Amino acid sequence: MRDWYGSRSVGQKQALWAWIFLALPLFFFIAIRLAPTGYTGYVSLTEWNLLRPKRFVGFDNYARLWRDPVFWQVLGNTFKYLLIGTPISLLLSFLVAYYLDQVRFLQGLIRALYFIPFLTTAAAMAWVWRWFYQPVPIGIFNLILVDLGFAQQPFLRSTSQALGAVLAPAIWAGLGFQVVVFLAGLRAIPDTYYEAARIDGVGRWTILREITLPLLRPTILFLVVVSSIGFLRIFDKVYNMTVDGKGGPLNSTRPLVLNIYELAFVDYRMGYAAAQTMVLFAILLFVTLIQLRAMRAR
Amino acid sequence: MKSFLGAVVAIALWATAPLAARAQTVEIEYWQYFFKERVQAVDALIKSFEAANPGIRVKHTHFPYAQYQTKVAAAVPAGEGPDVVQLYYGWLEEYRKANLIAPLPKDQFDPATIEKEFFPIVKAMKADGAYWGLPTAVRSLALFYNRKLMSEAGLDPTKPPTTLDALIAQAGKLVKRDAGGNLLTAGLTVGPISQDHHWWREVLVRQFGGQPFSDDNRKIAYDAPAGIAAMQFYHDIAGRNRLTTFGFMDESHAAFRAGRAGFHIDGSFRIGTFQVVRNLDWGVAELPAHQGVQSNFASYWVNGVSSKTQGAKREAAMKFLRHLVSDEAMQLWLKTVGELPAKPSVALTDANRNDPVYGPFIMGLAYSRTTEFVNEVKQRQIFLDMIDRIDIKKMPVQEAIRIAAQEEQALLDEFFRR
Repeated sequence: MRDWYGSRSVGQKQALWAWIFLALPLFFFIAIRLAPTGYTGYVSLTEWNLLRPKRFVGFDNYARLWRDPVFWQVLGNTFKYLLIGTPISLLLSFLVAYYLDQVRFLQGLIRALYFIPFLTTAAAMAWVWRWFYQPVPIGIFNLILVDLGFAQQPFLRSTSQALGAVLAPAIWAGLGFQVVVFLAGLRAIPDTYYEAARIDGVGRWTILREITLPLLRPTILFLVVVSSIGFLRIFDKVYNMTVDGKGGPLNSTRPLVLNIYELAFVDYRMGYAAAQTMVLFAILLFVTLIQLRAMRAR
Repeated sequence: MKSFLGAVVAIALWATAPLAARAQTVEIEYWQYFFKERVQAVDALIKSFEAANPGIRVKHTHFPYAQYQTKVAAAVPAGEGPDVVQLYYGWLEEYRKANLIAPLPKDQFDPATIEKEFFPIVKAMKADGAYWGLPTAVRSLALFYNRKLMSEAGLDPTKPPTTLDALIAQAGKLVKRDAGGNLLTAGLTVGPISQDHHWWREVLVRQFGGQPFSDDNRKIAYDAPAGIAAMQFYHDIAGRNRLTTFGFMDESHAAFRAGRAGFHIDGSFRIGTFQVVRNLDWGVAELPAHQGVQSNFASYWVNGVSSKTQGAKREAAMKFLRHLVSDEAMQLWLKTVGELPAKPSVALTDANRNDPVYGPFIMGLAYSRTTEFVNEVKQRQIFLDMIDRIDIKKMPVQEAIRIAAQEEQALLDEFFRR
């Protein structure tokens, strides 16, 4: 063995060691990521409630999913979270970062204040917001509304308001992170560009549109990717803010991830849950590929 | 070298000693979910059991409730986990069908004796002529009332309502609102996520002259005038009668606990929740009757023996199970956990019957019924969705009942087809 190793060239030895060091993460990746994904694909073709042996049913679970109105509803909800949450959170965090960048006084403190919600435990925060939304005498939002002479709002007990009510703390919690990333992006733009523009007498709006935003493109793309994946996978807020963690009322706030969790760990319909997981996997893959392509197009 | 040899000998001795002991001792494992008082009660029962049976050791394992069913469902089929396991009665049928639990031997658990000794609701645990699990304790429903609010409103706090009509009339006097008409104190709570789906199914539907399921439990029977009338009555508590609102104080027992509700219907396990609140002056009464009909809902957790447990372990497990459902265990459970004994002979003693807190629950056991759920979680969700359709979507009661009945029938059909 030693002779075999000794007779290798330096390049071969380097390659060997590279493979030895790569083996561990590779093994990890295959065992922890790829294999379970493949197994999930197999489970999605079976009927299995954990208690009895799996029964192979082919594509029955996918056919059932196609006909299941709840599946389409939760898929719709998931995209509502994505399509409302991502633009609003990006716009808000950009506005905050843009103006925060221009103040120097207490900037660190203000930045920290924006960041604190991001550090807070999601479950605790969701419960506090859940109580904010209660009717009088305990809900602060309704107490304010009543004090101002408006009618109480049902918020979480309404099929039309509940999704927005759950989304609000989700956006609020993610804001700090996005503000910090935007601030870093803004700082990375060389001052000379701004000086040159100012010497040419260009207005603020034009500077924003022609210099700041184009140079922030990588930052914006990064945040779009990260926050899209976050909203596509929203779970903890919905689970903690809705009655029994069911994403109600009448499934109006239930996202796909919560639906999968319910199917798998409450109903023990592992096969059907796995089929929906494969759909979520495909969606995440698709969204990520599009965004990676957009990023590369630069 | 000498010390090395010494160490080897010491290790060898240490390693073989338990082997020798193991030859005589059988160790079995008991699983339940974590609930402080339940854990304390079982610890005490294990202690007395081990003292009486020196050859048997019982290992007590518990998990948070949220993970309990998943753990059991994953461990038992894999041949791991408990020898004696606590299961919700509604899960037993599925475990039995999957061959995960063993029938209790008839020579030790004679069906005729069980039927004579236990409350009749336990019959749901019988299949193929044998019993598959037995409870230590059962729970039932009762009416909690706030004495202070009753006195303030000029009602006699020693005379809580005994009929639904009186309940609605008295509750109406306890409601408090602010100048804008917003509810501050509820007369009677509604708690769909709490025990109301049991109250509606087994109590209200029967009191309005119907029944929730067909006698063989395979067909929904509440999609009928009685079921509709019962739901109309239930929704009117928050609707027409304006005694509360759905979602008031987030959870109905929170409203009662905070002294912001006059009447509240809940299970015996809630006693501990209210007992610890200072300045809450409350009492318990039997569920109100209607049209002369009294009914109640009882549920329970049973102890079963895993089918993987064989030989000496199986014998030990059966012995431990007998200990868990003994009269002493039941009385201890009542004292420690606050749940009611599963045998009338233990439950219906004069002391228990006259207890101002446990008494009404125990009286309720005598006429209580048990729903044979096929999927308790799902069936409860169907009830919650029905309430949301009526309350949020303003759907007529009749239509909401029809949808719920269809959904639940589909669930039953799927279960019995398998």
